[in-house]
Order: sequence, then structure tokens, then C-alpha cells
Amino acid sequence: MLRFILMRLGKAAIILIAILTLNFFLIHAAPGDPAAVMAGEAGAADAKFIAQLREQFGLDKPLLTQLGIYLKGVLQFDLGFSYRQQMPVADLILDRLPATLLLTMTAFVISLLLGTLAGVLASARVGKWSDTAISTLALLFYATPLYWAALMAVLLFSVYFNWLPGFGYETVGANYTGFRRALDIGQHLILPATTLGLFFMAVYMRMTRASMLEVSQLDFVKTARAKGLKSSIIQRRHIFRNAMLPVVTLAGLQAGQLVGGAVLTETVFAWPGIGRLMFEALAQRDYNLLLGVFFVSAAMVLLFNLITDILYRFVDPRIRVA
Amino acid sequence: MLKRLTTLAAAMLVSTALHAEPVEGGRANVVIQPEPPSLMMGLVQNGPTQMVAGQIYEGLLRYDEKLQPMPQLAKSWEVSEDGLTYTFKLHDNIKWHDGEPFTSADVVFSADVFLRETHARLRTSLEHVESITAPDDTTVVFKLKQPFGPFLGIFEAGTMPMVPKHIYEGTDYKNNPANNTPIGTGPFKFTEWEKGSHILLTKFEDYYEEGKPYLDEIYWHVIPDAASRAVAYETGVVDILPGGSVENFDVQRIADMDNTCITDKGWEYFGPLSWMWLNNREGPTADKRFRQAVMYAMDRNFARDALWNGLGKVATGPVSSSTRFYTDDVNQYDYDPEKAKALLDEMGYDGETVRLLPLPYGETWQRWAEAVKQNLGEVGINVEIVSTDVAGWNQKLAEWDYDMAFTYLYQYGDPALGVARSYISTNIAKGSQWNNVEGYENTEVDALFDKAAVAVTAEERQTLYTEAQQKLVDDVPVAWLLELGFPTIYRCNVKDLVTTAIGVNDGFKDAYIEK
Repeated sequence: MLRFILMRLGKAAIILIAILTLNFFLIHAAPGDPAAVMAGEAGAADAKFIAQLREQFGLDKPLLTQLGIYLKGVLQFDLGFSYRQQMPVADLILDRLPATLLLTMTAFVISLLLGTLAGVLASARVGKWSDTAISTLALLFYATPLYWAALMAVLLFSVYFNWLPGFGYETVGANYTGFRRALDIGQHLILPATTLGLFFMAVYMRMTRASMLEVSQLDFVKTARAKGLKSSIIQRRHIFRNAMLPVVTLAGLQAGQLVGGAVLTETVFAWPGIGRLMFEALAQRDYNLLLGVFFVSAAMVLLFNLITDILYRFVDPRIRVA
Repeated sequence: MLKRLTTLAAAMLVSTALHAEPVEGGRANVVIQPEPPSLMMGLVQNGPTQMVAGQIYEGLLRYDEKLQPMPQLAKSWEVSEDGLTYTFKLHDNIKWHDGEPFTSADVVFSADVFLRETHARLRTSLEHVESITAPDDTTVVFKLKQPFGPFLGIFEAGTMPMVPKHIYEGTDYKNNPANNTPIGTGPFKFTEWEKGSHILLTKFEDYYEEGKPYLDEIYWHVIPDAASRAVAYETGVVDILPGGSVENFDVQRIADMDNTCITDKGWEYFGPLSWMWLNNREGPTADKRFRQAVMYAMDRNFARDALWNGLGKVATGPVSSSTRFYTDDVNQYDYDPEKAKALLDEMGYDGETVRLLPLPYGETWQRWAEAVKQNLGEVGINVEIVSTDVAGWNQKLAEWDYDMAFTYLYQYGDPALGVARSYISTNIAKGSQWNNVEGYENTEVDALFDKAAVAVTAEERQTLYTEAQQKLVDDVPVAWLLELGFPTIYRCNVKDLVTTAIGVNDGFKDAYIEK
């Protein structure tokens, strides 16, 4: 087991550096650079001033030299400096991490729990109206563009009914503390987390339902039925556990995206997370910051893939033996 | 719509004229977008930075709606008859937010040392300055090499913000840790910045003007999505939407809400003027008749009424009507497709496709490009819209890789500061878009701008600038569109928010909330 993990970690490091290098060239291939964008925002600058900025940011060096400097920094756990925001990239990311994790984890839990539950329910009532209702709803969630759903949710629950805050992380200026603050953040969390969770909720539901139905046709389930086991035990012990494998795979994929944040959701709901940081960094060609966010989210994807593989071994003993 | 907005604006004027005693206390909730990269105004001069930090930092002067100087850190000033010596008397009880006294030494340090290194726009103006001296603690003297007409117009906070000498002298300005906790002399001091969420400024108790400011605190809310910003106002989370906060198509809906006022004042110093760069070097746009045809083909009244809610004005030429030395005594380009077609026939335009670069600043600009494409299509000009993001747009302009390209620029109150730069031929250089990007060359126009900048009297300057405007309007180096109107929307019980030529950017000094 330890050997397996070490080998996978080694591979992951190589993949990570490859991803970074690729990202580096991709970003630099996009038109414009941070010096021009910053000068642009200031509303005036001559070529000399922009050249000074480039020199200061190290953008006047050959591309490969810049890449070398960047990778060397990363190997020393230094993600560089954001010239636009005048702060170290690591600080900027760490600053936004809690808000992003709170949002994405909540969405993750909501979608996984509700999605699986709905899937199990639907599979147990195949062909009945409740199955049709659940499946239709799932299809709707699956097909609705996130951006639109988010705006509609705000319109309905925030503007029209005035039940929930429509944006932000907490009530700015209320200076709540302790439990009151947690409650306030919780209220702000409901809309973005639910909207963000809708898509995956639908995916989990469909996956669980299909998988449950498939497994329930297999021979060992027939055997279990033949030997007179209670239907609920068959559902729980035989079908559900086996049907969970694809769901775990999917959950691993979703979990990998947790840290990358959710660009659209964070933008619509003014949620101060990493997704927005990344989006702004992209628009402003803030190379170091953008690479930093990519680095962290790529690392998370790799980490969660590893965790998924380890989880497989617990969910399905056959993999452990193989 | 226009009428209604005007009525609203008029109602607001009346209410300010009759206003009662200012009320102390209260909190202003304002939208800020995009989030400023930094609040150190000596280092960063972009719009959002100035809007927030304009309450923290101050310049020697402010300007009223007619661009006349008003006292700020300087309580009085004198200009010598030869136009070479400017003497400022400072208030004698000014403190920095950390309690240190503000003196003339800070002015000399800011203008002569700090900003010369960091402020691209100011340092061009400072090339006219021979020396900056401080004969005593409350007197500063600027001596010029030759007269420079717009000189009294460069002391606004965004152009020449005063930075504390005791904090910055001898340090690496850009990496000074103090940049994260800005110290100014303004009516509000920096208190808290939750990145991605909000910025909090609180009242500076030791402010040198008795009784001011009235508000206790200002919360600036960072809300990245335009629709969410509209919701923030509708749900009462914010009370002030500075110009450009919501998409133009939302303006009317929000202006219709109860207790909501709207004004397009407070932009006079900037005089934002929109135009399309026309590449004078090659392709059909190199022909003057083609460029004139473009002017006649565009229905700019439609653009103003349909896309800009009737706010703003159709531009008559290179100078905005709020800028000094503006004249409307120029050739008028009214919407006249027939004239446009005749000009195109005369030049023998063969239908060659021209590339149009929209301004990547949101929906309004995208639609505007589509409207122009349609207008030009109606007179037979083939237009291809080439979309890109802000960084790409910057680069295409700086590399002259376009035929027609939307833009808008500020004028800073005087043609020598914000107009000449786009037309004089010595300003043709790749790598920047704040110069003569279109490649227009006319030695007569060059000479007029040069003379006008250093002429001593206003009459002399007016004569020269009038002639320059007439020549430019005949040649159409670029296609002028609109003097943009950016409406500030706010609850009507917020009073005296927009009282100067830069509006909300230094407006919270006087603002108060009526109970």
C-alpha cells in the first residue's frame, strides 16, 4: 500500500510540472501582458513607462528563462508575487481558500447526499410516477445552465420573496460574532451552494439509479433473492454497495475541482473565492497568480484521484486483492 | 426617457439648492467594481482605486463642475503674471492619518520625488516644471520652464495625490509594506479590506476642515456581476451605484424605484469621450473621404438614446464640451447616409471589408459595435467585428493591428492634457494606446497644439484650440461618437454626494444622509 502511494506521488509530481509548463506557455500565448493591462487601467502611459513595468516584472527576459525562474521558485514552494495585487501569490490563494472550500464542500455534500438518495429512491420505484418525477427533475437540473439558474434563484428567493441574501459571504458591516456570524454565513451559503450542487446532484442521481438497476440484474443478486434474504438487506448490502463504485469515481472527479473554485457561481453570488481570483487574474494577465491557482487546483485533482483509488480498495475488496 | 432622467436630475438640483443643515453620522454603502488592485493612489491610478482612495488621499486643489479650482489642502494660491510661478498656501493644521503633521515638505516629496517615478500621466506634465520648493512649512512654490496653460488643472487627487514623506522617503515605493495600509490626509481613513468582499473606510476625526466629514463610515462592496450589483441596490444592501455600476439597460428600471435619484454630473474633469480609432495608415480608412463617410453613416443619436438611455451628448469633435476651450464652431456630421454613399462613390470604395474592434467592457459596447456595423452596412461598407478581451484589445491597439476600434479616453479638463496626445504626430509610437494610435500627421495641427499649450492667456489658447478643432473635424482622423454620460444612482436622502468635477471620486467629504 505504502509503495503504491509513493509511486503515485512520484508520478503526480512529474505530471504537475508538465501541467505547469504547459500552462505557462498557454498563458504567454494569449495576447497582451500584465504591464499593458496595468498601464491600460491607469489610463495613460507611454511606451517607456510600459517597458519599465515589463522590466520590473521580469517580462523582458526570454520566455524559457522566465519559465526556469518560475519552476525553480515552485520547487522551493514559492509561487511568486502578484504585481497587480502587490502581494505574494500564496497569500492571495490562502486568503480565498476558506470561502471556496466552504462553498464547494457544501455543494459537494448536498449533491452527493441528495443525488444518491434520489437515485436509490428512483431505482426502487422504476416506472412509477415518483421515478419519473425524480428523473425529470434530474434532467432539468442537468440541462439548466448554471448562470441562468443562479440568476433565477436570486430573483426568486432574494428579490421577490426576500428570504435569503442574494450575494456575498456574510452581511457586510453587521459585525456579527460567534454563532450569529455562523448563522449569517450559513444563510449566505444556501443559494450559491445549492445552485452549484444542482448539476452534480443530477449526475449522481442518474448514475446511482442506472448503476443500481444494472447491479440488481446480476446473478449474485438473484442468488441473494433466491436464498430468501429480505429485500431491504439486498438493496443495502448487495446492490447499493456495488452500485457505488462509479459514484465514488465521479465524486473523486468533483472533489478534485473543489479547490479550483467555481468561477460562475462565485461571480454571480459575489462569493470571495478562488474561482473569481482566477477569472480576474486571467482577464488581467496576472501570470504568476493564474499559474498559482492552476498549480493548486491541478495538485488537488491529482490528490483526489489518488484518494479515489485508495477508496476503491475499501469499497471493493476485489481491487485490493488484484 | 431622456426627459424623465432630466426631470429627475432637475429635482435633485432643486433639493440640493434647498438643503437643510447637514446631518452627522451614518454609513454609506457603495458599489465598487472592479475590485481595486491597491489603494495606494501614488502607485496605482486606475478608476476603482481613485474612487475608493480618493477619500483617503487628497490633492492641493479640487475642481467644481466648471473646472474652476477650489481649495483642498491648499487654502489659497497665486499665479505670477508671466505664468511661470505658482505659489500655494497650505492649511496649517493638517494631519496625516497616523497623526504626523502634513507640511510643504510632503508636497515637494510627493510631486518632485515620488510621483515623478510612479505616475506616468503626471510626469509628462512635470516636464514643464523647473523647480518645486518649500520656503516655509505652509508654502509651496512651483517654478515652470515656460508657461503651461493647463498647469492649475493638475492638482486634483488622482493626478497629484499627496503621499507621506515620513513613510516613503528612501524606501522601495512599490514594495513598501505601508502600501497595504494607506495613510493620507483625506476625510476618511483606511480601516479594513476583506479582499473579494468589501473595503471599510472610517471618518478621520482630526480632519482639518471643521465638522467634516459627516458620515461615520463608508462600506465599498465588491460585487463582480453587473446583474448582482443591480440586485444589491434593489434589495437595499447598497445605496449608491457610481457611474457604470450596472448595465445601461438596467438604469431605467432602477431609476424608477422609490427614493432613487440619478445624475450624470461629476464627470466634467474626466470628460469621457468615445470614438473609433480609424487606421490612417492603410486600407480604406486611410482615405479622408471614407472617414467622413463613416461619420455621416452613423446614427449617433440612436446610439445615445437606445444604448445610453439618452444620457451623454453626441460629440462634435475631439474636445468634450465639458473640457476647457471646447468649440462647436466646426463642421457638423449629422446622420446622412446619402452623403456617406456619395463620398464612398467619389473615392471608389470597392467593398473591401474593414475590421471593427469593439471595446470589451460589457454588453453596451458590444451592442454599440453591432449598431455601427449595421449603420455602415446600410451605406455599403462591409464590416467584420473582431472580438477580443481587454488584454487582447490593448495589444491590438498598441500594435496598430485594426481598421476601426472603439475606445474612450479621459480629457482631464484641458486639451493639452487629454486631447493633444491622440493627434500630434510626435506622439506616433507603437507600444502604447494613449498616443496617436491612428497615425494622423498634420504639421499645422501639431503647431497649433504646441503653441496653445504654452500660450499665456486663455483668449490666445481659445483661438489656437478653435482652429485645431476645426482642422481635425475636417480631416476626421478618428470617428468621434459620444460624450459619455455615466449616471450615478443613489437614494435621494444621500445629499451632496456629487459636488465636484470628479463626483463620487472625492464626494464623500461633503456627503451626508438625511434621516
